[in-house]
Amino acid sequence: MRNKKIRVLIAKPGLDGHDRGAKVVAQGLRDAGMEVIYLGLRLTPEQIAEAVIQEDVDVVGIDCLSGAHMALFPKTVELIRQKGGQDILVVGGGIIPKKDIPKLKEAGIAQIFGPGTPLDEIAKFIKTTLEKRGNDKKD
Amino acid sequence: MSMTEEMSERKKEFKTTVGGTSVKRVYTPADLAGLKQEDIGLPGEYPFTRHIMPTGYRGRLWTMRQYAGFGTVGETNERYKYLYKQGQTGFSVAFHLPTQEGYDSDHPLAAGEVGKCGVAIDSLQDMEELWKGIPLAKVSTSMTINATAAIILAMYMAAAEKQGADKGKLNGTVQNDILKEYIARNTYIFGPTPSMRLVTDICSYCVQYMPRWNSISISGYHMREAGATAAQEAGFTLANGIAYVQAMIDKGMEVDSFAPQFSFFFAAYTNLLEEVAKFRALRRMWARIMKERFGAKNPRSMMLRFHVQTDGFTLTEQQPLNNIVRVTLQALAAVLGGCQSLHTNSFYVAVALPTEKAVQVALRTQQIIAHESGVADTVDPVGGSYYLEWLTNQIETEATRYINEVYQRGGVLKAIETGYIQREIASSAYNYQRAVDAHELVVVGVNEFKSGDKYATETLEIGAETEKKQIARLKRLKRGRDNHQVNQVLSRVRDVAGSDENIMPVLVEAVKTYATVGEISDVLRDVFGEYREPNIL
Amino acid sequence: MRTPTATELVTSMLAGEKKSLAELISLIENDSRYLPEIMEKLRPHLGKAYCIGVTGPPGAGKSTLVDKLTKMARGNGLSVGIIAVDPSSPISGGAVLGDRIRMQQHYLDEGVFIRSMASRGSSGGLSRAVAPTVQILDAFGEDIIIVETIGVGQTELGIREVAHVVVLVLVPGYGDSIQLMKAGLLEVADIIVVNKADQGDAERLANELRTTLLPSTRGLERTIVTTQAINNIGIEELYRQIDKRRERLIK
Repeated sequence: MRNKKIRVLIAKPGLDGHDRGAKVVAQGLRDAGMEVIYLGLRLTPEQIAEAVIQEDVDVVGIDCLSGAHMALFPKTVELIRQKGGQDILVVGGGIIPKKDIPKLKEAGIAQIFGPGTPLDEIAKFIKTTLEKRGNDKKD
Repeated sequence: MSMTEEMSERKKEFKTTVGGTSVKRVYTPADLAGLKQEDIGLPGEYPFTRHIMPTGYRGRLWTMRQYAGFGTVGETNERYKYLYKQGQTGFSVAFHLPTQEGYDSDHPLAAGEVGKCGVAIDSLQDMEELWKGIPLAKVSTSMTINATAAIILAMYMAAAEKQGADKGKLNGTVQNDILKEYIARNTYIFGPTPSMRLVTDICSYCVQYMPRWNSISISGYHMREAGATAAQEAGFTLANGIAYVQAMIDKGMEVDSFAPQFSFFFAAYTNLLEEVAKFRALRRMWARIMKERFGAKNPRSMMLRFHVQTDGFTLTEQQPLNNIVRVTLQALAAVLGGCQSLHTNSFYVAVALPTEKAVQVALRTQQIIAHESGVADTVDPVGGSYYLEWLTNQIETEATRYINEVYQRGGVLKAIETGYIQREIASSAYNYQRAVDAHELVVVGVNEFKSGDKYATETLEIGAETEKKQIARLKRLKRGRDNHQVNQVLSRVRDVAGSDENIMPVLVEAVKTYATVGEISDVLRDVFGEYREPNIL
Repeated sequence: MRTPTATELVTSMLAGEKKSLAELISLIENDSRYLPEIMEKLRPHLGKAYCIGVTGPPGAGKSTLVDKLTKMARGNGLSVGIIAVDPSSPISGGAVLGDRIRMQQHYLDEGVFIRSMASRGSSGGLSRAVAPTVQILDAFGEDIIIVETIGVGQTELGIREVAHVVVLVLVPGYGDSIQLMKAGLLEVADIIVVNKADQGDAERLANELRTTLLPSTRGLERTIVTTQAINNIGIEELYRQIDKRRERLIK
């Protein structure tokens, strides 16, 4: 019997306490049929990366509204990769100036979803990208 | 036009906001049947529905108080002086996240955060320089600080005394509202019980030593930002207010001794009349709560004095100039609602920190309302409108329901622990996003009336050099001070924290030795432990 | 990168690879075809772990208790594997799994492995994958395995099959005595914890439980403990009681 669900981990690195977006996205992805491990806030990149591996997720969503994204996002991706999670899809959100987006993409963030991005757009991006990557590991 | 066309409407139902009140086509005196004249009353008279003072803004305009702070103290000091020159009448300090959460700028968790959301304050040395050339004896300062409020207030007092000011005459506010941190803002450090002790220590200290200081700013703004509806913002804020009043009474204080120093802080949203109704309902509710529930006798204990900030969440990244219009409507709501103090957002605050030009427009918005619109020339100008009085009642009813829900669950602390308040807010936020996604709610420029415009805004950036500079400064400070003295006083902080004594005096001593925010917070962490949010979804 | 086979994952997991452990759990969660093969390979490595089931209604403080018990176990040099189960949405099939939030202090501890799981429609409050996952964690070498799950009413009895000891966490004010009689979970619980004891008449509830329930389960004495998990009160006693049952079991 096959019963694969998309597993997503949502976490807030750093000191930013605005979790409205993270909670809204978690609820939205749940309603799109995904299993969302909600890690909360005030986490270090190390803590997030370790949880990502233990939970064997397909997707990681990190967000930051305090302007610390350049210090936190690339590091988180790097640590996930170091622990063997190169195949995991990482997306980001928050207050990210347009000029930082190319750098973040280079560092391995597949997409940045700014404030007010429709929830369906995020769910669709995840499903489409995972399908394309043929992320059906268990075959 | 045919009869049917004349009577058709744009929507099946009109609501004030998502999850808000259903609005009829027209309101008449019949909608106010049962409303007594004394429920509306006159400005300056219980229950203060129309304004807390009889003269309203004819006596004194609201304080124009722009929230500001970024980078190092030098840059922020310059911005404060600029704002004052441009006509603001009160200061409002934004501290960067490490200061708010009890970390020094060199802490690993502070990486990337230094100077970004506010000014970096690690020690009294920073606080002294923040106010260079600004006479604290003559100004009013509001400080948005909560978990570390006691430390920061101690620094402010010490800095003021160094300038030669009498702390008993200082004017200002310290936010000091930890309950809303657990609910919506999340800059807490310790758990609720020790945190309430810190809050009440500050309040009782202010009663005794700083009678002109607002010891707390009980806030709804952040809950609104987190997704709460207007009624939830009002209800949950007053529920928190009740908890603080009760905590002070449990400490043995007479309600009239401390309540006049309690103040509030709310958001102003774009639905103009709902906001005005909300402010009026809040005044009436608080007055009744103070008189009937707590037996206050002094009218000043019953007056809901509040600061307003135009709501940041409503400002869009797309077509940023639209935000000037939004802020104008929101500021107008605050003024029609009778606020005592107002901050207007800069138009691209959705994207970055504001430059002087952007901040100037925000300030001018207030000044134009004050001097050109006429709304400040009579008190509660929209009072008596059938719709407004009806809506005021409506919000009062809905907000009261939320207060009762909280207290039925055993009070605010229990409601927070079981996640009731947070869940209500998270649901409202989710419903809001769904409504926007479905185009049930129009957000101009975002889901309707879009344009590909690339408005190039000049933004203010805080670079990595700020962090390096601040860390170097901190190192120099630690080398130059008497570290033996610091350790001694920190051990006394530990003792007092573990006792029943008011923590303020020892903190004032501690900051004077140039012990840092992080060092003092770490001692308190040791004694009090750290908080972790419950799973609410 | 080629996807590892089930056999490769088991071998790698047995060698101590955390990533393989995680992937193996996903494999059995998503595809029951591999189960027999995997269980066969694990069999020689089983039998060391002591499995504690922690169940109870939402809001009782289970996650905080699990966090504190884990700290104590680690203090005694024991490794811990945690499976935190939350219900899937019957409408969308998705879930939000947030039990980990209260366990942050253990995230970087080499000796703690935490896995969040959705019930995926299984009645009994447990996912079908829980029992095999307990075995995988046992084979991996965990000394203690904690399964945290929501339990209310009569249907969530599956925990009894999975755990050596079932700890039911209640709070004062939970139902009235008649309701208590009807709840199947009460009969299944080996240890009952009345948590948040500072928030109500914990003693009254504890006494009511003592007088209403049979004095023993699975041949061992049933115990009732009061705690204030968030303030670290009663945790040592709870740990002692859990440990006591382990010794009795071995005998």
